[in-house]
Amino acid sequence: MDRRVVITGIGVVAPGGVGAKPFWALIRAGRTATRGISFFDASSFRSQVAAEADFDPAEHGLTPRERRRMDRATQFAVVTAREALADSGLPAGDLDPYRTGVVVGSAVGCTMSLEREYQVVSDGGRDWLVDHTYAVPHLYDFLVPSSIAAEVAVDAGAEGPAGLVSTGCTSGLDSVGHAVDLVREGAADVMITGATDAPISPITVACFDAIKATTPRNDDAEHASRPFDRSRDGFVLGEGAAMFVVEELGHARRRGAHIYAEIAGYAARATAFHMTGLRPDGRELAEAITAALAGSGTDPSTIDYINAHGSGTRQNDRHETAAFKRSLGDKAYRTPVSSIKSMIGHSLGAIGSLEIAACALAMEHGLVPPTANLHEPDPECDLDYVPLQARAQRVDTVLTVGSGFGGFQSAMVLARPDRAAA
Amino acid sequence: MTTPVVVTGIGVTAPNGLGTDAYWAATLRGESGIGPISRFDPAGYPVRLAGEVPDFVAEDHIPNRLLPQTDHMTRLSLLAARMALADAAVDPAELDEFGMGVVTASSSGGFEFGQREMAKLWSKGGQFVSAYQSFAWFYAVNTGQISIMHGLRGPASVLVADQAGGLDAIAQARRYVRRGTDLVVTGGVDGALCPWGWVAQIAGGRLSSQADPRRAYLPFDVDASGFVPGEGGAILVVESAESARSRAAGTVYGEIAGYAATFDPPVHSGRQPGLRRAIELALADADLAAGDVDVVFADGYGVPDLDMAEAGAITAVFGVDGVPVVVPKAMTGRLYSGGAPLDVAAALLAIRDGVIPPAGYVSDVPRHYGMDLVIGKPRHVPVTAALVLARGHGGFNSAMVVRAA
Repeated sequence: MDRRVVITGIGVVAPGGVGAKPFWALIRAGRTATRGISFFDASSFRSQVAAEADFDPAEHGLTPRERRRMDRATQFAVVTAREALADSGLPAGDLDPYRTGVVVGSAVGCTMSLEREYQVVSDGGRDWLVDHTYAVPHLYDFLVPSSIAAEVAVDAGAEGPAGLVSTGCTSGLDSVGHAVDLVREGAADVMITGATDAPISPITVACFDAIKATTPRNDDAEHASRPFDRSRDGFVLGEGAAMFVVEELGHARRRGAHIYAEIAGYAARATAFHMTGLRPDGRELAEAITAALAGSGTDPSTIDYINAHGSGTRQNDRHETAAFKRSLGDKAYRTPVSSIKSMIGHSLGAIGSLEIAACALAMEHGLVPPTANLHEPDPECDLDYVPLQARAQRVDTVLTVGSGFGGFQSAMVLARPDRAAA
Repeated sequence: MTTPVVVTGIGVTAPNGLGTDAYWAATLRGESGIGPISRFDPAGYPVRLAGEVPDFVAEDHIPNRLLPQTDHMTRLSLLAARMALADAAVDPAELDEFGMGVVTASSSGGFEFGQREMAKLWSKGGQFVSAYQSFAWFYAVNTGQISIMHGLRGPASVLVADQAGGLDAIAQARRYVRRGTDLVVTGGVDGALCPWGWVAQIAGGRLSSQADPRRAYLPFDVDASGFVPGEGGAILVVESAESARSRAAGTVYGEIAGYAATFDPPVHSGRQPGLRRAIELALADADLAAGDVDVVFADGYGVPDLDMAEAGAITAVFGVDGVPVVVPKAMTGRLYSGGAPLDVAAALLAIRDGVIPPAGYVSDVPRHYGMDLVIGKPRHVPVTAALVLARGHGGFNSAMVVRAA
């Protein structure tokens, strides 16, 4: 008998609020949390817009030592893992250490701390032979981002399999998919998993500027993330984290846990085409979707909602629209599709997990999240993107997808654990 | 039950040899690739030795258009992947594109590339940052570039667990094959030999500051004083035994027979560290008893308390002097996410040739470690099953069993 895996706890740090509740409140209202960059003076950059989280680590219980040692992305991960554990009704002390593991996703790891410390040891970028005497003692932890997973594991007392998945902008789906695999094959009963990224720093802004991937809509920051709209002109860089407690279905049922959703299927494919470019036909993403549906025994006709990657770049939104049609046929036209990046921006590796959180909460509350700022659809994007307003409807089966640099294409299916087997 | 997953191709870029044959010959001769750093001037740093891959001229191996967009370690990984596919006699164009996957381990991404762009940003301005920075630095770069170069459109992933991640990647490849992917390119090639990466590694506090290349990295030796970092690693081609048979693959080096990963408990918890448990779980996964293992490829940090902890885990499972132990990485330095895949390659070659390489310049192992460390010269014994161990900073432990197919 195959082991099945369900989500029993959710923790969120997102632009617009810390915690799963404010996150859902923002999404259900269709409010946007994009604004002019406040973390540094961005006036010399092409794109000066971001979706920043108002996050005070002290307020969320991190000690001064932890705050020094942990990059902002690590802080997000630890705080959201604690929220997810509390939400699951499995306090850290109750976990069986050997049967509990951790998989965190992150695209760019501890990049903010690396950039900050680089400025110090290089004397503001002047020295190629940087000065080791100015290095902070935990610099190595910033260099290798598995430190994020290590902090979460130590904090929770997990001693099962642990690691970080870093597949760029699909990290948030791939980390959870990996954790689900580990539970399925019996390496653990409970996994603390999800993804985090805190990339709003000059180097990240500069590298997306260099390829014009981010929006230059600086005079209208609040409406700058415009997935599927004709006027879209790039994504809005975001930050945040979502972590989950996922566990084997029987384990969750025996302890009477609240079950948000079963992670019923997951698949990843590669475009093998270009590190940043996409062919318009969406072939590989379609293949991932088809494989995730097949793996979960889900008939495409039962999908109630598609959470799109919807980054708001010219090429992505066309690419994935084509992928939905290619994989789902006519059903693509009859299924609501939306992008929460319209509200909370694109937090690189973290966003896939934030989107899983939105999907689980959509199932919980019977509400399809909207696509904000969508006033005039691109003629090539001709599906039902749930413009502006959330839609109340029963949501039992969800498809969520991601697409990213490096050619990574991922798809995941969430469903009710008590659904009839297909 | 499940079909065996076998290794049919090996590509090596190691400090003591470019290419599998050069690496293996040097390793059996006990020849080290550790020497003074040449890639930047290390005079101002307390650590000046590293394992650099010799004889690598990027222009000879990497297409011109990729040169401006790749870090040194990505170029090494592309060469290793090409060598592994050639060794496996795979022409990806002839196989199902969605049936071939890639999963590599990473630790610091293309860090030298990143330092150059960071320097431009902070000394000149954002408009000077390369259009390639967005992907040349990030951790997923090698998987992406390998998949593009060979048209591999199946599942793709990147795992990070410091120096343990290389085994996790190979285990993920086995998982893909078990789930139906025909063939997976996997392993790790790594390195951050630039001043900024060097300073971050020095900050980790475990590097040896010994100046003599023969004395600097002596895992399990009484004179162990830390480790020497290096660059390089190994890429493997793994596939199901059935797929290897059906396409008449050349050499079947061996089977990925067992694997497990654990994480250490918090330092002051009084609980046992996780390495022993990883070994026991990996043996159980391979359905082997301790007595079935012919050699252990140790992690060999070269830091006395970590060496002692590893010796303790090995003797707890195998008994005092219960199994030959070897650390070929004493001849390459520690290669971060590339180290463990290179050890897996060495283990497979040990199986092929019935020989266990010596541990470089290690000569004096404390008796109380209770370890039969292979030192001085290679030991010729039949090897049917080998255990490879890897630990990562922060508490990661991974163990993998390979055995003759």
